Amino acid sequence: MSVASSSLYDMLGGASAMQAAVDRFYRKVLLDDRVSHFFDGVDMDRQRAKQIGFLTMVTGGPNNYTGKDMRVGHKHLVDMGLNDQHVDIIIEHLGSTLKELGVGDEQINAVAALANSVRDDVLNR
Amino acid sequence: MAQIVYEGRQTDLLPGETVLDALLRIDPSVPYSCRAGLCQSCLMKATRGEVTSKSQVGLKASWVSQGYFLPCVCVPDGDLEIAGLGNEIESTSCRIESVERLCEDVARVRLRPDKPFHYRAGQYVSLVREDGLSRSYSIASLPDERLIELHVGIVSNGQMSSWLSSGEVVGQTVSLRGPLGECFYLPEDNASTLVLIGSGTGLAPLYGIARDALRSGYPGQIALYHAAKSTEHHYLHDDLSQLSSESPSLRYLPVTEQAEGELLRRIMGGEHAWPESRIYLCGSPTMVNQLRKKLYLLGADLNRIHADAFVTRAK
Repeated sequence: MSVASSSLYDMLGGASAMQAAVDRFYRKVLLDDRVSHFFDGVDMDRQRAKQIGFLTMVTGGPNNYTGKDMRVGHKHLVDMGLNDQHVDIIIEHLGSTLKELGVGDEQINAVAALANSVRDDVLNR
Repeated sequence: MAQIVYEGRQTDLLPGETVLDALLRIDPSVPYSCRAGLCQSCLMKATRGEVTSKSQVGLKASWVSQGYFLPCVCVPDGDLEIAGLGNEIESTSCRIESVERLCEDVARVRLRPDKPFHYRAGQYVSLVREDGLSRSYSIASLPDERLIELHVGIVSNGQMSSWLSSGEVVGQTVSLRGPLGECFYLPEDNASTLVLIGSGTGLAPLYGIARDALRSGYPGQIALYHAAKSTEHHYLHDDLSQLSSESPSLRYLPVTEQAEGELLRRIMGGEHAWPESRIYLCGSPTMVNQLRKKLYLLGADLNRIHADAFVTRAK
């Protein structure tokens, strides 16, 4: 995935901003009974690291995820029943996290579009 | 050219390569995902050599201090010897020196290692009997004490615990695999409070951590909660009461769990400033996982929650 010269990732403050954003995001997801079971792993440290990877990717930060990684990484969740509604909920929480951080609607829509671009890979279809 | 040794196999790090690239040549099944130092899928431990600080960004302080790093963003200056997670463990032979009952279902077992055994107070070991039977126990002693002290929960029909608590084992040899785990005091700690929470023999590592912190001159407050099913099961009550009367910064808080959720109620009543606290959770997986999630949602920093759940596992 290419990195735009002035990505939202940079505007938010790069890697350290992701550390702050991830806790807002991860707490929202854990408190939402509709999706919390997908994230409620025994190893919350590793889960949190994966959320940082996700936020970095969708805000245009440096990453090297491939479609194959997305498929492999979410296969067990699809087996647990992960579907489009769940992806919608995650994108909603992503949007409200960014809103709280002062990001405008236009950019939130751009982030949602980026998240949507990997939807099929995530859902293994 | 730097050499990379992984699980006994060796390769040269080629120009422009990361350690992960080299590892994948040795073993294509090495886990990885983002290749950008974010997802921690490729986390490994360097057992020899220096990793770069860039490859430890975002890792918990307790992992960094043990040499864990992210191979996907590591280009080292020198040679590295690397162990995958779970394969970084050494074995030390020990003589059982004494066994003593602390309460109805806890025994204190003291071991003398054959060679220096390096650990941090609060870590755990896997104790292996001659026939291969093994169980994990936390260490209650401090590294400079002559003997290694374990608190063994006596489980009915438990093969290892009935054997250990029988009293006929003194003088026998066992081996310890480890040390393992990330529950230990960090000397550079700038957290305002240490909150130590244990149930049952989960008290063992906390007893070590509390004493290590006190002895290292930790400047903040230490709260030590011990949940047990009855007063009789607060098996270090006298030792800890005395220690806290000698050390004004330590509060010993025994909790009798007669009602569901009593421990959580007591912890909430402690009014700790969660975002500024370092938290240690030791006990059953259910207790550890529930409290970790609860405290994280209350604002605790996940990088400052340290937990080793006691999984009872037959081999």
